[in-house]
Amino acid sequence: MQWEVVIGLETHAQLNTVTKIFSGAATAYGAEPNTQACAVDLALPGVLPVFNRAAAEKAVRFGLAVGARINRKSVFERKNYFYPDLPKGYQTTQLELPIVAEGGTLRIQVPSTGSGQAYEKDIRITRAHMEEDAGKSLHEDFHGMTGIDLNRAGTPLVEIVTEPDMRSSTEAVAYAKMLHSLVRWIGICDGNMQEGSFRCDANVSVRIKGTDTLGTRCEIKNLNSFKFLEKAIEYEVRRQIELIEDGGRVVQETRLYDPDRDETRSMRSKEEANDYRYFPDPDLLPLVVSDAYIEEIRSALPELPQAKRERFINEYSLPPYDAGVLTSARELADYFEATLRSLLSKGVGILTTPEYPSAEIFAAKITANWVINDLSSALNNASLEIVDSPISSAQLAGLLKRIQDSTISGKIAKEVFAAMWNGEGEADAVIEAKGLKQVSDSGAIEKIIDEIIAANPGQLAEYRSGKDKLFGFFVGQAMKASKGKANPAQLNEILKQKLAG
Amino acid sequence: MSLTLDDVKRIAHLARIEVGESEAQAYLAQLSSIFGLVEEMQAVDTSGIEPMAHAQDVVLRLREDVVSEPNRREACQAVAPQVEAGLYLVPKVIE
Repeated sequence: MQWEVVIGLETHAQLNTVTKIFSGAATAYGAEPNTQACAVDLALPGVLPVFNRAAAEKAVRFGLAVGARINRKSVFERKNYFYPDLPKGYQTTQLELPIVAEGGTLRIQVPSTGSGQAYEKDIRITRAHMEEDAGKSLHEDFHGMTGIDLNRAGTPLVEIVTEPDMRSSTEAVAYAKMLHSLVRWIGICDGNMQEGSFRCDANVSVRIKGTDTLGTRCEIKNLNSFKFLEKAIEYEVRRQIELIEDGGRVVQETRLYDPDRDETRSMRSKEEANDYRYFPDPDLLPLVVSDAYIEEIRSALPELPQAKRERFINEYSLPPYDAGVLTSARELADYFEATLRSLLSKGVGILTTPEYPSAEIFAAKITANWVINDLSSALNNASLEIVDSPISSAQLAGLLKRIQDSTISGKIAKEVFAAMWNGEGEADAVIEAKGLKQVSDSGAIEKIIDEIIAANPGQLAEYRSGKDKLFGFFVGQAMKASKGKANPAQLNEILKQKLAG
Repeated sequence: MSLTLDDVKRIAHLARIEVGESEAQAYLAQLSSIFGLVEEMQAVDTSGIEPMAHAQDVVLRLREDVVSEPNRREACQAVAPQVEAGLYLVPKVIE
């Protein structure tokens, strides 16, 4: 039987405000327990919530970034349940009238898998609402008791809900990554998954391919890494299919993923579940936002990743993959463009090939290659962010300029790059100090080639009798003799002539 | 709509309020009369009227995102039944 997987995601993104959503207590991560939990967060009698305007602004920014309708009036409600990390006995959230209404979409790039090609897909965003986070329960042994830290209680969250539009764990992960990149891009969430700033709940069901009705779903809670999201969905899909094929039925429930055992298990018994008795919070009035307010936020939005990605493809003729990687973070895209601008400002040179019909396109591609490969892997190895790169965009452009004008080959450039990374100065200074300038003097190259040919009469004879593969041998020898500094294009050309005799 | 004694007990349980048998009987009468009032109100034709989320037609006040609450852990924890290592201790929660 052919099964189809149906996934919808609910993502909690912590809004990076300075204070809580309803109190003036700080939200900084990692403070001593309960030092950022004030009377409102502790729900002491007689306190009243006062709403943080930055939370609304950031939620609206998100709604506009995905093209959703913004509710001019949204309402906070109480979701009632008892748990010690929620001192009020209810979570303040939005139900009937969330700040971000329908109409949003997020375009995802689904990478190729073993069998399938890479593709794009639009995931519909149903809604996004503001709510408060709960505190933390520490279950280590405190003489048989539980320790409660309320520093996180009242931290503003935006919960982003999708339609059940994803059809595989790969699509779910692609969506989560794209959303993660977007919330950081627009500056509403730091995206730190280890600290719990971005966590996903996955609604998973299966159905026979070709049917329209949805199967019974299970919700897997609190997945705080892309890897766990993928593994939890894969396990859950296998579990549901096996259950149905063995004649059983899926029961709607909340499940938790256990990464150590790579399985999901039931979290709550159904008894009393979902009786949250929502009602509008009488302590909070409706939040009203004006058209002018919305337009102000819209006009302050940066160029969004999708638009930038498309622009990189159209304006610079970059391959979609390169454009996707470069727009995975705003800082990376900015670095790329700054490097390219700096490189182009040095004069575009004359180097063109059929593959790169203009010098601008060549410059963009070489810049993309260096940012995506050499620079990114060096940053990765050093656990550095792009903003902390020891090589500035202007410095990298200085290096790329010397590749473009054939002062050095791409291979030598890697050596120069390593020296620059180690703080040995600008590209030109390194090239000069190490004597790495490419040899483009045809007389000098001819001399090297003559010597190589003279020293290898056997290979020469074989080559001339039709063993073309030996061309590579001669290139290698000549390059070695020039210590890698011979201009490769020139070397190839002269070598070809000389070998032909 | 009529309320049963079981409904009253269920509501009490959801609110974590201990209600004895005779109290439950009394609340059944009181709650039923509140439901009666709601029913009366629901009979009013409100078509075309936008529902309100609050009894007063005013909007939410917005606060600037600036820290105004200092750390007062010591004072707050002075009245807590049990604390340790800065944490409030509560009966063990089993998930």
